[in-house]
Amino acid sequence: MFTAIAKGLGITFKHMLPGHSTTVQYPAVKLKMSDRFRGLHRLVPTRDREKCVACYLCPTVCPAKCITVEAAENDKGEKYPRVYKIDLLRCIFCGYCVEACPVEALEMTDAYELADYRRSDFEFTKERLLK
Amino acid sequence: MTEMLSMSNNAPLFVGMMLLKLLVVFGVTMLIVAYATWCERKVIGHMQTRLGPMRTGWHGLLQPIADGLKLFFKEDIIPTQASKVSFLLAPMMILVPALITIAVVPFGPDITIQGFKMPLQITDLNIGVLYILAFAGLGVYGIVLAGWSSNSKYALLGGVRATAQMISYELAAGITIIAVFMLSETLSLREIVALQSGSVIDWYVFKQPLAFGLFIITGLAEINRTPFDMPEAESELVSGFCTEYSSMKYALFFMAEYANMIVIAAIASTLFLGGWSGPLPEALGVVNLLGKVFAIMFFFIWLRATLPRVRYDQLMQLGWKILIPLALANLAVTGLVVVLQQ
Repeated sequence: MFTAIAKGLGITFKHMLPGHSTTVQYPAVKLKMSDRFRGLHRLVPTRDREKCVACYLCPTVCPAKCITVEAAENDKGEKYPRVYKIDLLRCIFCGYCVEACPVEALEMTDAYELADYRRSDFEFTKERLLK
Repeated sequence: MTEMLSMSNNAPLFVGMMLLKLLVVFGVTMLIVAYATWCERKVIGHMQTRLGPMRTGWHGLLQPIADGLKLFFKEDIIPTQASKVSFLLAPMMILVPALITIAVVPFGPDITIQGFKMPLQITDLNIGVLYILAFAGLGVYGIVLAGWSSNSKYALLGGVRATAQMISYELAAGITIIAVFMLSETLSLREIVALQSGSVIDWYVFKQPLAFGLFIITGLAEINRTPFDMPEAESELVSGFCTEYSSMKYALFFMAEYANMIVIAAIASTLFLGGWSGPLPEALGVVNLLGKVFAIMFFFIWLRATLPRVRYDQLMQLGWKILIPLALANLAVTGLVVVLQQ
């Protein structure tokens, strides 16, 4: 019994020595997210517009039905999303939209600090997603 | 030979010095109580590969103050079905015995003030050890009363457990201490320290190693600390006897727990580790005592981080079937040796 207790005491003492802590001081220190981390979405821009061609594949595949797309045609006769909205309160961050996109116009960033004060702030419009 | 300062030879000086000693001892004890909570959280945190408090002040040094303020401003809830008087009385009844036990712990050699000799000890009772045992036993009334007056099944169970535990371990602790004063032939803590003051070898821990071990174990059980924290047992009894308490009354229980820890550490170091005398020179008596107290308290915290809580039947088994027979055997052997040496 005493050898077991002594062994346990030894283990706890060893852990107390400096350099054993695994705590990350979170808001001050942040871990690097994995490359495949699925955080906030981002619409990839090209030179003058977003890459998106409003093909409706992402709202179709979305299991949470959180993506709203309205297609339109610009001056050059190209199809573009007049409205592109993601309701982040509904989004489950599955990444299917990114997978479905045929032109790689949508990607997921490593942003995960998404808390906000108003429900309306969780509606990510095209302008916010392009940032 | 200078005269001992007393009420009869210089009353104003005596009263003044007494108040000063009381204030200093009380202040230091409360300071240790406050920072023992911080140390405990830090040490246990690091032992569990965490950091413990880090945000309030440098490495969380202001945490005890923040905790105190928080508890002070919390709503004070008294359950409607509770027995009000005893509910109010219980936290005081547990803290007061813890604090007044420190009165008999000597913390330094005699000093001379205006031609009078004054001991660095609040009071040198010639029944010091009995006084300690008496108040250690009294502490349990607070717990039982808290458990009963809360009118909650968890609190009541905590209180009942505390009683059973206290009775079982108080016995072993008492018998253990008897072995010490069989050697010292005095109950005055001051004289017990004086008898150990020759060198480190004179410490009773070397003459009574078993008694020291038993005293530490029974002491842990008496102050309800892990692995013997049955009365609190978060995983079974919510928070045990203090389940229904909130605000400053809860803080009093918390303070009592740490004050008790200081008391047991101080008594263990006085009875077994030479108290304020040695290893540093006499003038640094306070440092000696505090060093020993802190070492024992660190050991208590270390044990808390290491051991799980014992089961109730294991607790009783350990107390009655192992500790008490061992204490009795130790007593018999000590008695035999004392008789043979004469």
